[in-house]
Amino acid sequence: MRLEWRINGEGRSADIRPADLLLDVLRESFGLTGAKPGCRNGDCGACTVMANGLPMKSCLMLAVEAAGQDIVTIEGLANAPAQRAFIEMFAFQCGYCTPGFILNVHALSLAHPQADEATVRSWLQSNICRCTSYEEIREAVYSVLGSARGTIDATNG
Amino acid sequence: MIGFDFDYYRPSSIEEAVSVYQRLEGQGRHPVYLSGSTEFITFARVGLMCSGAVIDLKGIPECRMLAAGEREMTFGAALTLSELDDSKAFPLLGDTGAGIADRTSRNKITLGGNVCSRLIYKEAVLPLLLTDSDVVVAGSSGIRRVPISRLFDREMRLGRGEFLVQFIVGSSYRSLPYASVKKRKASAIDYPVVTVTALAAPQGVRYAFSGLCAFPFRSEAVERALNERGLPPEERIRLAAGMLPEPILSDVKASADYRELVWRLTLTDVMEALES
Repeated sequence: MRLEWRINGEGRSADIRPADLLLDVLRESFGLTGAKPGCRNGDCGACTVMANGLPMKSCLMLAVEAAGQDIVTIEGLANAPAQRAFIEMFAFQCGYCTPGFILNVHALSLAHPQADEATVRSWLQSNICRCTSYEEIREAVYSVLGSARGTIDATNG
Repeated sequence: MIGFDFDYYRPSSIEEAVSVYQRLEGQGRHPVYLSGSTEFITFARVGLMCSGAVIDLKGIPECRMLAAGEREMTFGAALTLSELDDSKAFPLLGDTGAGIADRTSRNKITLGGNVCSRLIYKEAVLPLLLTDSDVVVAGSSGIRRVPISRLFDREMRLGRGEFLVQFIVGSSYRSLPYASVKKRKASAIDYPVVTVTALAAPQGVRYAFSGLCAFPFRSEAVERALNERGLPPEERIRLAAGMLPEPILSDVKASADYRELVWRLTLTDVMEALES
């Protein structure tokens, strides 16, 4: 079946099987390899993309379910604040999990620009970093959520 | 990758969904209803589920309904757990759902999907059991509204070709004190060792559990024992432990002895919080 999506701001279409996962269509039909296959079981978050503004694990979504939706992959976030923050804070080591983290943080910053610690913790638990760069990732998150930083510091202090 | 092919249908009405199901069933396609589809995808990937056709219920407005009226609250079965939590419409349901999986996964996992899960936990059903909710079910014989106690016995007992449309909860339950405590073995994201939910109703505290046995449950006998206010909490819990519907679960996640210990400690905290 031929389906259409809006991917990184552009209308795209492809012939797919209804059984195809969004992750595989993004990578194989459109060459958007920033969505990383990790566990392929919804556990690790490496394949996270945004679908209609929400972070979604693309291994847990049929491409046909996402038909007509606005999809954003890491390729569509060049120079976004979250990407810059991860670079400036050295919030990665091997980098495999990084696209998923950045997509999640970007979505968080849009949905909750004043996110408190509990909200940040809840959202970020969706992604796993096997290099355990969590402290640097946390710093990157709060540099994106700059206005929330004072609240967090006050809470911790 | 899912290693078999299926056809995908996305009906926009209850009637269309029922009709599509009947047609596909008649063709021997063994259709399955999907809502969040996360469980179907993960099980299909490893060959634990197979179907020639799937019917996605997310396009049906009634399944996506979220309404909080003066008398009743309506929760569509295709609402995601994140939507329920963010809405703050019914905090007991939102909080309990927020303990399932992780936030990104909850953007896709639905209320109906969790309640009908093949896994044993189905924690989203606990608040619905505590509040004697009604379930709206659709099938070839039409739409029916049934008390959850008549439909849920260890699992949701739906007829062939039926699907969940909505859950209806009395609005008076919204303001009652409650507790929803999930105890995991180690990590923040995991299935429960035990989940204890409780609601302080005027007649006494109601309790429902997941993880303790191989199915979620609310038991009148257990509730009576736990509400024997003339006895100290530890004695009430000891009595309740003798009335469980099945021996305590023992598996790789936790031995029965450990589960019981965690259950007793959690219950003690919950009783203290809701009885004070």
